[in-house]
Amino acid sequence: MSQLFEYAPAPESRSIVDVAPSYGLFVDGEFVDGSGEPMKTVNPATEEVLSEIAVGTEADVDRAVRAARRASTRVWGPMRPADRGKYLFRIARILQERAREFAVLESLDNGKPIRESRDVDVPLAAAHFFYHAGWADKLGYAGLGPDPRPHGVAGQVIPWNFPLLMLAWKVAPALATGNTVVLKPAETTPLSALLFAEVCRQADLPPGVVNIVTGAGDTGRAVVEHPDVDKVAFTGSTEVGRSIARAVAGTRKVLTLELGGKAANIVFDDAPIDQAVEGIVRGIFFNQGHVCCAGSRLLVQESVHDEVIASLQRRIGTLRVGDPLDKNTDIGAINSAEQLARIRELSDIGEAEGAHRWQPACELPDRGFWFPPTVFTDVSPAHRIARDEVFGPVLSVLTFRTPDEAVAKANNTTYGLSAGIWTEKGSRILAIADRLRAGVVWANTFNQFDPTSPFGGYKQSGYGREGGRHGLAAYLKESS
Amino acid sequence: MTHVLDPGTLEAGTRPAPGSGAPFDDVTRSDAALRAFLHGLPGVDQVGAEQRAATLGTRSIKTTAKAWAIDTAISMVDLTTLEGADTPGKVRSLAAKARRPDPTDPTAPAVAAVCVYGDLAGVAVEALEGSGIHVAAVATAFPSGRASREVKLADVRDAVGNGADEIDMVIDRGAFLSGRYLEVFEEIVAVKEACGAAHLKVILETGELVTYDNARRASWLAMLAGADFIKTSTGKVSPAATLPVCLVMLEAVRDFRAATGRQVGVKPAGGIRTTKDAVKHLVVVNETVGPDWLSPDWFRFGASSLLNDLLLQRQKLRTGHYSGPDHVSVD
Repeated sequence: MSQLFEYAPAPESRSIVDVAPSYGLFVDGEFVDGSGEPMKTVNPATEEVLSEIAVGTEADVDRAVRAARRASTRVWGPMRPADRGKYLFRIARILQERAREFAVLESLDNGKPIRESRDVDVPLAAAHFFYHAGWADKLGYAGLGPDPRPHGVAGQVIPWNFPLLMLAWKVAPALATGNTVVLKPAETTPLSALLFAEVCRQADLPPGVVNIVTGAGDTGRAVVEHPDVDKVAFTGSTEVGRSIARAVAGTRKVLTLELGGKAANIVFDDAPIDQAVEGIVRGIFFNQGHVCCAGSRLLVQESVHDEVIASLQRRIGTLRVGDPLDKNTDIGAINSAEQLARIRELSDIGEAEGAHRWQPACELPDRGFWFPPTVFTDVSPAHRIARDEVFGPVLSVLTFRTPDEAVAKANNTTYGLSAGIWTEKGSRILAIADRLRAGVVWANTFNQFDPTSPFGGYKQSGYGREGGRHGLAAYLKESS
Repeated sequence: MTHVLDPGTLEAGTRPAPGSGAPFDDVTRSDAALRAFLHGLPGVDQVGAEQRAATLGTRSIKTTAKAWAIDTAISMVDLTTLEGADTPGKVRSLAAKARRPDPTDPTAPAVAAVCVYGDLAGVAVEALEGSGIHVAAVATAFPSGRASREVKLADVRDAVGNGADEIDMVIDRGAFLSGRYLEVFEEIVAVKEACGAAHLKVILETGELVTYDNARRASWLAMLAGADFIKTSTGKVSPAATLPVCLVMLEAVRDFRAATGRQVGVKPAGGIRTTKDAVKHLVVVNETVGPDWLSPDWFRFGASSLLNDLLLQRQKLRTGHYSGPDHVSVD
């Protein structure tokens, strides 16, 4: 197919955001040096070093936790809830005002396309602060007793796939409920959290209420294991989640985990095909598939399999892969060399096991970490690509014949974070949704997020909910 | 079950050669069969279709791509006047503009067609002689379509007799909405026959059909009956052309070609006034059906005021400055 209509590059300006040559830790309202050996953060689309980041040691984490404790007992805890709400509103508004800055920085550091950071990540992050600001003075009406109390200091560790959004998911409810925070962003994507630290200062948030300690696994472990942390919240891999659960077991700490997923996206033969194809694409290729609730297993009814696959392949052929800062890019870079290696390994295993790999003809940049959108057909539930979380733009297609078979196959996973149902029949949506063991079930849509809607998993996808009224429970003790 | 890994092979395998007779002959044998067929088409999820159109609307078209899009859009315009007050003078003036949209810049392309009421088609034909610009005439008791079959067909023959080489007909929305699909089908077939060599554009008036499911069914109905183009609206009913409805109709022509080998054009009409709107439509064409439809032979804009905005944007690209409405002609 000859291309008549070439979209000229429409790059977003990098100059909107200042990236400092080096960053410290944000402790007690100040940027301070870290005691660890600093690390570098790179732009995954070019492998260019963006900045040098401080690494927090146990001693640094201890300082941050002590600052958080002080702020909790002296300022943030005793503050009138309505005033806490005002701070949150202020943060939300600043996020909106500086949205373009955040979007560019997020795309630089993470590799995700600007159209997603601009249209999804940053607006949703602001929405989470707005939503929780509204709760701050209404916690007595959340169904957790007339006067629920905060835990105190929350230690939070977040992943690299949605650096700012996951920060908002963690920080907004913690602050709204009267907790203070020590947050460790992911080692490959710390920059938007550090810009958020600036926002906290701009909003005159009292020192110590939000502390940001950058670093890798050891720093995260220090946060989780610190004896004066009351509440631990983690989003990331199941493997790390398991070790955190072990570390927290037997302590008085409260824990919530949002871990991996291997979501089934079920397409029945009466589905609106064109929109189902869009939903499949959004389900697996959104954010390069770096989404724990990605619809990575397509379960399609045999009678429409060929039609759906043909439409899907035609649609994937229109996806634009490349420069994340180009406003027309649909799929950006893989976040790190390690993740790229894992995606390659699992894809090779898929082929070796007998599944059929399909990739569109698309040119990838020479530098940076890239993987083309990929579809595996002829996948069986016994294949590893149908069981392991790839966390990349790789879709496994399975088939089914009856609704019972669809449910059985959808639930045949060690995870249970999300699922999708595509059918024109409303009664079937309700019947199937009831039988799926997944925290979120989308009907005729996929990967839709909203602060009012609780999100969380079953089985190895973790426990606890974030967002909505249910999400507040994780940060509050019922009054007795 | 065969696994088709290349959409091209599926299309080549199942698509009959053009002109071999549609594989859908039997679905138009009875009202019941036609109804079963139209209601068996995949549904359209409203939220999903609108979301997809909105996403495509955020494509950032700049510099060379924008210049290409503007010139392509100009060449796709059916420059339209459909007023009760139309006169030969007004039509001649429109024809002059159709030939040379920008008097200050001869590199601006001519438009695709001039669209008028049937009684003025002769004036347009004369005024456009030798230009290669088509003359489209609305017929079949446009815009309501509320007249007897005889009157509608006479209307068509009159317009064709006056020299129109494109006929824009309206479907009987009343018959469609009350489920008398075969009646609508037969009427389109009869109009197509009355058109002779003239191209037939079938106006669905999607604003009155309301749902996207109806838009898809009406698209298929028109194509089965032999439409050369399917067109969204008369421009007399609100909402007229919208991006999602255009998307749904493009999906229909794409699927229809895959099934029959016959390509049908699409014409959104009414409500497209700005360059930005037109470019969004071209993006939807590009990413839904691809380059095969990116030509005036297969995609048109039914519009009267769009052309001037395209010309102003074109001047802006050339000079770097925005000019005022007095830098383009009023007609």
